[in-house]
Amino acid sequence: MSLKYITPSERFKRYLPKDYVELIDYGPFGKTQDEAGPGNMGQFKELVEEHPMCSGCWMAYYIRLIFASLPKPEETVTIGTAGCGRLAISQAAVPFIYGNYGDQNAMASGLTRAFRLRFPDKTKDVITIAGDGGTMDIGFSMTMHSWIRGEKFTTIMLDNEVYGNTGGQSSGMSPKGAVLKMAPLGKDFEKMPATDLAKAAGCVYIVRMSPTNIKKAAKVIRRAIFVAREVGPTFIQAYTSCNIEYSIPTEDVFADAKAQEKDRFTFDEYMTDAAKEVIERVEAEEKAAKKAKKAMEA
Amino acid sequence: MTKIVTEGPAGYMPDSAPMMGVELAPEGQALLYGNVVTPEEAMRDAAIALLTKDNPTIFPGPQVLWDWKEDVAEKSAAILDLASEIPNCRIIPMPDYRPKYPKIDVKAEINPNHPNLTILDNKIKACVFVGVHCHYANLTLRMIRAGTDCYTVALCAYMGHEEAMASIRDLHASDILRFKEIVIEERDKLGIKWETTLPPENPSLPKEDNSTLSPADYGEYRSLIISRKGEHVAEVE
Repeated sequence: MSLKYITPSERFKRYLPKDYVELIDYGPFGKTQDEAGPGNMGQFKELVEEHPMCSGCWMAYYIRLIFASLPKPEETVTIGTAGCGRLAISQAAVPFIYGNYGDQNAMASGLTRAFRLRFPDKTKDVITIAGDGGTMDIGFSMTMHSWIRGEKFTTIMLDNEVYGNTGGQSSGMSPKGAVLKMAPLGKDFEKMPATDLAKAAGCVYIVRMSPTNIKKAAKVIRRAIFVAREVGPTFIQAYTSCNIEYSIPTEDVFADAKAQEKDRFTFDEYMTDAAKEVIERVEAEEKAAKKAKKAMEA
Repeated sequence: MTKIVTEGPAGYMPDSAPMMGVELAPEGQALLYGNVVTPEEAMRDAAIALLTKDNPTIFPGPQVLWDWKEDVAEKSAAILDLASEIPNCRIIPMPDYRPKYPKIDVKAEINPNHPNLTILDNKIKACVFVGVHCHYANLTLRMIRAGTDCYTVALCAYMGHEEAMASIRDLHASDILRFKEIVIEERDKLGIKWETTLPPENPSLPKEDNSTLSPADYGEYRSLIISRKGEHVAEVE
C-alpha cells in the first residue's frame, strides 16, 4: 500500500525469492506507463504472471491487462469474489481482499471511505474485479447501492456470460437462448442491461467493450480509475469469454472476442461532464509530461 | 511441566491450542508447550531445539522483510545475527500471503496457506517465525502442528501465539539479541563448534543479468510478447 511495502529491508534482499527481487528491480512499482505498462507487457516483471486459469482463457489475459494498466499499483487494492477471476487476481502482487458472495462493492465502499479518512493526503485506488455473477446476480444489490451512494471506486465486471467456475449455469448476463451445460433448454430471458443500470444508478463513467485492442482497453481502465478518484463510481463491462463453457476452441478465442465487438459488446463509452473534465485534464497532463521527458532526452 | 502443545503431526484439523485450554502469556512472560514460563526459559528450550534438531530454519515474514517502519533495519540485522549463530541455519522468507498456484518453490519461500510443503520438502525439524502478521501466524503454526513434526518458535511483536511450542511476546531487536546470546550459551554447553556464518542466500537467485534481457531470450514464447510500435523482431534464439 505504498512504495515502502515493496522496498526490501537492506539486509534481507539476498534472502528474498527471485520472483520478488525481480518485482522490485524490474516491476512496475513507482514507474510510468511508458516504462512499464500495457505497451511493453512481457518486457518488465508483471504483477500477475502465473495463474491456474484454463488454457486460452480470455479473462486471464484481461486481468493481466488490468494490472499492467494500473496508474499506481503500489497504492491500489483490488477486491473480488467467488469465481474464476479471483484465482488470478488474488495471485497478483497487489493487495487483494476476497468478498464473500458478491459483497465486493459493499466492502470497497467501506475501504474507499476508510482510505480517504486515514490517508487524506494520498491517492489510494480501490478496484472491484468480479464476474458477471458476482457483480450483477449475487452481488447485484450491493453493486447497485454502492453506485447509488456515489462511492468513489471502480467496478470492473469480467463478463463471461456464464457461471464458468461452477459448471456452466446461466447467469443474468448470459444472452437469451444460450444453451449451457446446466441450462440445456436455453436461457429464457434477455441479457441484463448492465450499462443502462449503471447509468440509472449514477455511475459517472461507463464503458462496455470487448477488450481486443490493448491500448484502448488500457486507456479505458485508466480513465475509469482517474474518474473514480475524483468524481464518483465508474463501471467497465468487459467481455471475457469462457472458452470452456461456450466451447470456443483456444485458437478461436481472439476471433470470438473480435466478433463480439460487433455483436453484444459494441464499444460504448458514457461519461458525465465532470468525468470528461477529469479525463481531459489528466490526459493533457500525461501528454505534457511525456513531451517534457522527450525534450529532456533530446 | 505438562506439555500441552507439542510437535505434530497432530492430524487433520487438530484442536486449537485455546480449545486445549492454553491462554496467551501475560506481559513479561512467555509460552512454552502451552505453559506460561519466563522468556528466558522459553528461549533456552527453543535454543536447544534449534541447535539439536535437523535443518533449523528462520522464516521471516513481511513485517521484517520490507522496509516499512523505522525499527525494521535493527530487527532484520538482529535476526541475521541470530541466524548466523545457529549451525547450518537457513532463511526461507514469507514475503507476502498471496496464494501461489499452480506451484510454490518450496526451496525458496514459504506460504502461509500451505506451510507444510516447505517444511516437509526441506525436512525442517525446528523453525522460527518472526515478523509474520498474527492472523496468518496462527493459521500457519496450527497447520504445521497438524501435518509435521517440526518444533515451532514464534517471535511476536504483539501478544504471542498459543500454537507455537515456544512463544515470545512483545519482541524487540534487543530480545532477539538476547535470544542469540542464549543460543551461544547453549551451543557452548552442548559442545557444538561453530564459527559465526551468515546463512546461504536464497537458492532461487542464480546469477543472471536481466538488464540485458532481449526478446530472443523468450525463445518459442517470443510470440507472447507484444511488439512495440515499429519494432521488427528478426532475432530468435
